[in-house]
Amino acid sequence: MEYIVQQVLNALSFGAEYALLALGLAIVFSIMGLVNFAHGEIIAVGGYTMVAFASLAIGNPMIVMAGAVLAAMLASLTLERVAFRPVRKADPTTGLLTAFGVSIVLQNLFLLFVSPRPIAVTSLYFLDWSIEIAGIRLASLQVFETLTTIIVIIALMLFLRRTVLGLAVRAASLDFEMVRLTGIRANRVFAIAFLISGLLAGLACIFIMARRGSVDPHLGFEPVLKAFVACVVGGFGSLPGAVLGGFLLGAVEVAMLVMLPQSLGGMTDAFVFMIVAMILIWRPDGILSPAVEKGDKL
Amino acid sequence: MLTIQDLHVFHGPIEAVHGISLEVEKGKCISLLGPNGAGKTSTISAITGIARSTGLIRFEGRDLSRESVEARIAAGIAVSPEGRRIFSNLTVLENLTLGAALQKDAVEKAKDTDHWFSLFPILAERRDQSAGTLSGGEQQMLAIARALMARPKILLLDEPSLGLAPKIVRQIFDLIADLKARGMTILLVEQNATQALKLADYAYLMSSGRIVAHGTADDLGKSDKLMAELTGVA
Ligand SMILES: Nc1ncnc2c1ncn2[C@@H]1O[C@H](COP(=O)(O)OP(=O)(O)O)[C@@H](O)[C@H]1O
Ligand SMILES: [Mg+2]
Repeated sequence: MEYIVQQVLNALSFGAEYALLALGLAIVFSIMGLVNFAHGEIIAVGGYTMVAFASLAIGNPMIVMAGAVLAAMLASLTLERVAFRPVRKADPTTGLLTAFGVSIVLQNLFLLFVSPRPIAVTSLYFLDWSIEIAGIRLASLQVFETLTTIIVIIALMLFLRRTVLGLAVRAASLDFEMVRLTGIRANRVFAIAFLISGLLAGLACIFIMARRGSVDPHLGFEPVLKAFVACVVGGFGSLPGAVLGGFLLGAVEVAMLVMLPQSLGGMTDAFVFMIVAMILIWRPDGILSPAVEKGDKL
Repeated sequence: MLTIQDLHVFHGPIEAVHGISLEVEKGKCISLLGPNGAGKTSTISAITGIARSTGLIRFEGRDLSRESVEARIAAGIAVSPEGRRIFSNLTVLENLTLGAALQKDAVEKAKDTDHWFSLFPILAERRDQSAGTLSGGEQQMLAIARALMARPKILLLDEPSLGLAPKIVRQIFDLIADLKARGMTILLVEQNATQALKLADYAYLMSSGRIVAHGTADDLGKSDKLMAELTGVA
């Protein structure tokens, strides 16, 4: 019993992390048609912010976490302003190359000005505890991660449904020009999308750092790859799809870890991607891909 | 209220409209007629700032030709665009809410929503339904209601009858007549000249990016030959 609960929570917490990351990619993609590969470097910015706090001898985890999230949001907003706004009207390839470029530049900045080696961060110690709920021992990280993600998803849903700006973000994924014709400033819509994306990256950063315990310039690479896969599985551009894809990926990963014999342990990812490929044969555009439908309907 | 002088409209390097001038007076319904490709939609896009243009676009004494799209909407221009372009991934109510994006007062917003719902019972029935599930006629009504939610000073209607069944077309024109009777200033773009001329106080006929004739509905209506030639609708 305890084993099953632990594995389910394991799957949920992995899935939650992927869902946070995938949502961050999806919200930007939905309005810009841009896969922001620099998302991973936003996560790294959060990680290095934690290092900065540690070097200032600030160890209060609340302050460290808030600082990391704020730094990620600021970084995301800044990227929109300086890198993506100038290419907003350009074709998708230009946007994609810009994202790659930004990603590489940031990684090299970390390499040059911080360090190529991993730097340990110890301030998230409370995510290392094991807590007991109803007689079952669980890792605090997994409980926090799952709960945080659920709260964030609900908050995001409320924002997207209950506020004018939220409605504009959803509408812009279909017809940005028409959103402008309602008088909403395009820059506000882009800014809020990147701000949310940064927030999601910052939160994911906390959990990634808690797992890894250290930050290096390539911290964001694997998480963004997973997020990308989650988006593809769920349907690129669909926010519910990103969440679904994230949790599905988490579940498949844990299932593979549990079910594969020890001797195949190193091949988990290969099996995971095989299952992803099978899902894509079944639904080539992803499970919840947004229907391609614009305006006119007779 | 809206004065356009020597307007040239461009899509990239292509010039779609070659220096037209027109005038929309407050409270009037002015119609812009012409066959497909004449440059009617380009003209609307230039007025809203979506398409690049040169020339004068004066609205209530203010030159809007250098202003952003958003500033022009804020100045009181609203559009029900060609192809309706309702947000099909949003509900009917959410579409209306976005239409009133610049309206800060929630009470007034709710009042307007109720008002338009009472005028369009079919939309009220479907308020929480995805707008993509509406029929073409319903979508057109939603597009018009969404534009009106902004409480515009002028309403630009781009081919509201396009692709709709005759019965629905009549409903749409009845609605426009009703809006006109309430004092709304309207610029009505249409290929359906017969119907549009019944409503319009004054009409301009466009062809190949130029205005080739203009006059009161009576004047233009009498010149059947001209009409048939240019609109394909006798
Ligand atoms: N986005 C565009 N890019 C290039 N050419 C366009 C574009 N929109 C319209 N045109 C061209 O401009 C001309 C006028 O089109 P339009 O304004 O849509 O006419 P109408 O609304 O009267 O049917 C047409 O020749 C059309 O091909
Ligand atoms: Mg047109």
